[in-house]
Order: sequence, then C-alpha cells, then structure tokens
Amino acid sequence: MSKTLDIKVNHVTRVEGHGNIRVRAKDGTIEKLEWQVPEAPRFFEAMVRGRKYEDIQTIVSRICGICSVTHSLAAIKAIERAMDIPVTDQTDRLRILAHYGEQLESHILHVGYLVAPDLLGQKSVVPVASSHPEVVQTVIALHRLGNLMMEVLTGRKTHPVRLVPGGFSMLPSAKELRMLKQELQDSVPKLTALAEVIASLAGGIPNFTRETEYVALVNEPSYPFYHGQIGSTDASELASVQDFESVVNEYVISQSTAKWAKWHRESYMVGSLARFNLNAEYLAPLAKQTAAMLGLEKGCYNPYMNSVVQVVESVQVVERSIELIDEILTVGLRVERPDVKVRAGVGAAAVEAPRGILFHRYEFDDKGECVSANMSIPTNQNHGNIQKDFEALVPSIIDRPQDEIRQVMEMLVRAYDPCISCSTHYLDVEFV
Amino acid sequence: MTKPRVAIFDLACCEGCQLQIVNMEDDLLNLLTVIDPVEWREAMSDQSTVYDVAIIEGSITRQADEIKVMEIRQRATYVIALGACATMGGVNKLKNNFAIHDVKKTVYGDSANMPHLDTFTVKALKEVIEVDFEVHGCPIEAGELVHVVKCLLSGQAPQEVTHPVCVECKMRENCCRFEYDEICLGPLTRAGCDARCPSNGFWCFGCRGFLPDANFTAARELMAEHGKSLEDLESKLALFGSK
Repeated sequence: MSKTLDIKVNHVTRVEGHGNIRVRAKDGTIEKLEWQVPEAPRFFEAMVRGRKYEDIQTIVSRICGICSVTHSLAAIKAIERAMDIPVTDQTDRLRILAHYGEQLESHILHVGYLVAPDLLGQKSVVPVASSHPEVVQTVIALHRLGNLMMEVLTGRKTHPVRLVPGGFSMLPSAKELRMLKQELQDSVPKLTALAEVIASLAGGIPNFTRETEYVALVNEPSYPFYHGQIGSTDASELASVQDFESVVNEYVISQSTAKWAKWHRESYMVGSLARFNLNAEYLAPLAKQTAAMLGLEKGCYNPYMNSVVQVVESVQVVERSIELIDEILTVGLRVERPDVKVRAGVGAAAVEAPRGILFHRYEFDDKGECVSANMSIPTNQNHGNIQKDFEALVPSIIDRPQDEIRQVMEMLVRAYDPCISCSTHYLDVEFV
Repeated sequence: MTKPRVAIFDLACCEGCQLQIVNMEDDLLNLLTVIDPVEWREAMSDQSTVYDVAIIEGSITRQADEIKVMEIRQRATYVIALGACATMGGVNKLKNNFAIHDVKKTVYGDSANMPHLDTFTVKALKEVIEVDFEVHGCPIEAGELVHVVKCLLSGQAPQEVTHPVCVECKMRENCCRFEYDEICLGPLTRAGCDARCPSNGFWCFGCRGFLPDANFTAARELMAEHGKSLEDLESKLALFGSK
C-alpha cells in the first residue's frame, strides 16, 4: 500500500471550543495520529480560591455557556454537601426540571445545528434552512422550548440566576409551570418528527464500533441526570461520588491543554451513549419506543450513535418534565427560603452534563471562603477515548480519499458533542 | 452598506455569548438575510480571511491570541467586542489576582511547566486592539447585538447606556437587594439588562461593567448605611474584572 496522508485540521468546526486533528501517513504507515486540544486554559480551579461560597456558582457557570445549568448545579450540590445545607423535595424537582431544559436545549442544538448538516451533506445549518426548512423549523421550536424551560426556572437561557445553595432565589409561578407543561405536551409530535428524520438519515452515520468502558450516574430504578453514584460497564459495584478522583485519574499529556482520564482501562466514554448503555431499561415509555425505532439497543459500541441517543434523551426529558410539573403542581408550590449556616467543610458532587458526567469538589473555611477546588469535566474524560477511537478507525478507512477520512474523523469528534471550553476550550484537524 | 461579510471568532470564554446568537432562533434567520456570515467556527465549516465586520468573544490569555486579534483588526473594517470576557476580561480576570506560576501549579500540578500550558495575564480586547463597538454582559442580551448591527448597517452610532442598573430595577418595582442584607452592584453597573438578576431575586454582580462616571462615593455610603464593609464590596467587585 502506498497511501500517503497529510491531514491537518486546525480548530474542528461545529463544536464548542477548539480541537485539532493531526494525521500523517507515509507509504500506508501511520506516523502520527493525534487528537489535540490547544484551547486556552482558563484556570477556574485556581480562580475560585478566596471567593465566597455564595459567588461560586456564578463564577463556575461561566466555565461553559452550553452546560451552565449543569455547572451551577454541580457547584451548588457540592457546597450543600460541604456545609450540610438542607434541600427540599420541591427544590430537587425544580432543579431537575431546569436541568432537563438544558439537556433538551443542548441535545437539539447538537443534533439539529451541528450534526444534521453532516448527514445532509452541508457545511452548516444555514443552507439546510433553505433545503430542509421544515426540519429547521422543528429544530428551532424544540431548541426554543429547552431555552424556555431554563428561562422560566432559572431566570435566563444561559448562566442561571435563580439557582443558589439551599434552593432558589425566586420560584416560578404555577401559571408559568402550567404554560410549560402545555408547551412540553405540544412538543411531543415535533420530537417524533425529528426522530423520524434522524432515522431516515441514519444510513449516513459511519458504521464503526469499538467497545470501551462507559461511565455515567446510576440511580436505580431511574434514568438519572442529577442523582446517583458512579456506574461503569466495567464494574459491578457503584463508586462513590465523594471519591470521584479515584474514578477519573486525570493526567496531563503534551497534545492537550485539557487533562485526560482513565479508570479500568486506557480510556472511557461519558455522555448520552454511556448513560444509555448503563440505564436504558429505565427510559420512559415513549423514549424507549424512540430508541427501538432508531435501532438502539443497550450495548451499542458505535460512538457515532451518541448523537442518535441524544434524540432519545430529548424525548426522555420531555416525558419526565411533564410528570415532574404534575408532581410539583399536585403538591402545590410553597415559598421557601434557603437555609444556609456557613461553616467549614469539603464536599463533592456529580451531575450529568448533556455531554457526560461532571464532577466538582470544593473546600471552604469557616468564613465560607473557598480554599480549594477540583473539577472533572465530561469532555476531558472523553479526550482519551477519542484518541483510542481514532487509532482504531483510521487504519480501517485509510484507503479512502484523504478528504473523506478527514470528514469521518471530524464527524467522530462532533459525535462526542465535545465542549472544549469546559475541558479548557478548542478543535482543529491537521493531517501533518 | 451592502450585505456586510461577518466573521465570528472566540478566544478564552465559555461561548455563551455566541449561544445567545443561536438563541435568537427565527430572528437569526432574519438577520442572515441582511448579513453574510463568512466564518463562524462554532456553527459553520466555512472559513475566510476576508470580512468587513469581526465579532470577537473572549479574553486574551496568550501571546498567540494577541497576534490573532491584531490580524483580525487589520482585516476588519469594524471590530465588535462580544460580551464581558471581550469587553473587560470577565471572570477570566480573577486569574490576575494570583501569580501565574501559582495558577498553573494549582491546576496542572507537576506538569505545570509543560510549554503548551503557558498562559499570561488576562486582557480585555481593547487592551490590545482598537474596538469599534462593545456589546456588554455575561451573557450578552441579544437585542443589544442586533441594535449594534442595525446601526452599522444604517451608518448610525449605537446608543450608549448612561444610567445604572438601579434605574431599571426601580422601574420593575423590585425591592432593593440591600434590604435583603445583600451586596448589590446595581448602583455602579451599566444598565441595559432590564435589571435581570435583581428581578430574579439575586444581586447584581456587575457583569456589564461600571459606568464611566459610576458614583463610588454613593455606593460606599450605601454600604455603610447597611453595615457592610469595603472588604465585602471588593469581594463582589472582583468577580467580573470590573474593579
């Protein structure tokens, strides 16, 4: 084989943040094959030191615009653990509802705006708006609904205002929740339509499988995003969130400003596919039906299917949100004030970001000032797995034209829905 | 102006301000009928070195970023700083409270000296290049970006906000956050957000930056009146690099 490749993608497009792909092959031998992350590091763990507990979620929300509710919730849960702050069922339910809004918004953004152009052979959603206007209108309506949920629950579409340690700074009204419920019910046919579009385009999804370790929150019998302990397809026991450092085992590598992670093997995957592979039996009825329609079964090892599982999860969060609103309204909204007594302590928390499990840990002194912080970001946990996928994928497609190889590699990165700002922040493909 | 070619770039940031552009939904489709997007890495695969308007989100934290924005400045007729990270450094500036070697060691430990992890003092865009228009906030209010684009297209100067958040807060009939025994930066901060945070039961943390003629004396008196120390105030002022 005399294949020579020189692929250099600097800053892969249609992803959040900056990443590069570098491939160099000479006479059919791969000399260099790297997933690189050159994102400018922002040093949040260092920056929050000395800040008051009450300002932490405001700061760390800014780690990522697309996962801002998730980052706020991870911080708040960790603070509540550190200071033993009580939280009511109402707070739990309202937070989960806000968090479902973020899952929906992020998943639809990813599937509709970032991945669909690949499946439709376009460079962005702009030409898709002309070629497939009805698809884009469906995507816009669902994306808007995710945003509306966050706005009603947290006061803003991005960077929540109302989420605070101990509860909420302000509650939604029953009227707003009833309006949301109606919007959610109305969205079900749109979700079904979107799932059908994705099913019809599924032929364009590369047929590549590589079994790996899948890690996500597990909280039987549910399909959790907010509660639970750390589950792995490689472990029979759950690991405690309080010991998350022994799960992520972060390390620094020269091809990335983001840290990498490994647990039972050389890499693992987090995100929708991981959640599905651990918890699929607990999906709600319509979500389960959607998964079947899309040909998904537990034990799916094609990383490209992560985007397809996002469609299933979009259905899941809408179904559960309708139930949650019913539960909240049946009990009746009560005015509650956060009950915080500042004290020294340390606590960790885990929440599922749309793109995978997120960990935060903080230590506070007796004045409530942050002494130290540690965060493990889902995209960091995926970087090593992207590299391992590349190493399995490229040899299997090396005979294809260079441009096609580049496209398939970019699509793989995109499938992980990376949030590189979170993990530090960048995506380029370089075939050098 | 004919349909201007617009490129959107990002430096160190959370990309939440670009997300507000996506969040315009149908309005974004309308906006695309009057501008010609030629580069937007987060949303498009197209790339270009020829554009009339450059919109830049994020702060400058590395030498390479400085060179990049200088190139952008040379190519673009207009440069718009998008959001707090670009207009004033944003939360990124919290890093400047610590020594560089200390922040690197805290995050990367023994690997801190690897060359690709290099970082320097955080700068806002205008500390490096000339900026024509600023869209404030963390995140931005999309309407303000649309206002700037409209002004650009029609050759008018965008309206500058000259009143503090307190004005909008009063118009929304909110109870003052100081009455809740909190420290609020509303008296010092540039309005335009419709007092979003105080209207959601939370203090203003100054994400839109201080007014050029912010009344610090009155703010100090207000602090004293509510039994708050200057130290408490400074802790809040530090958050968005606006102190």
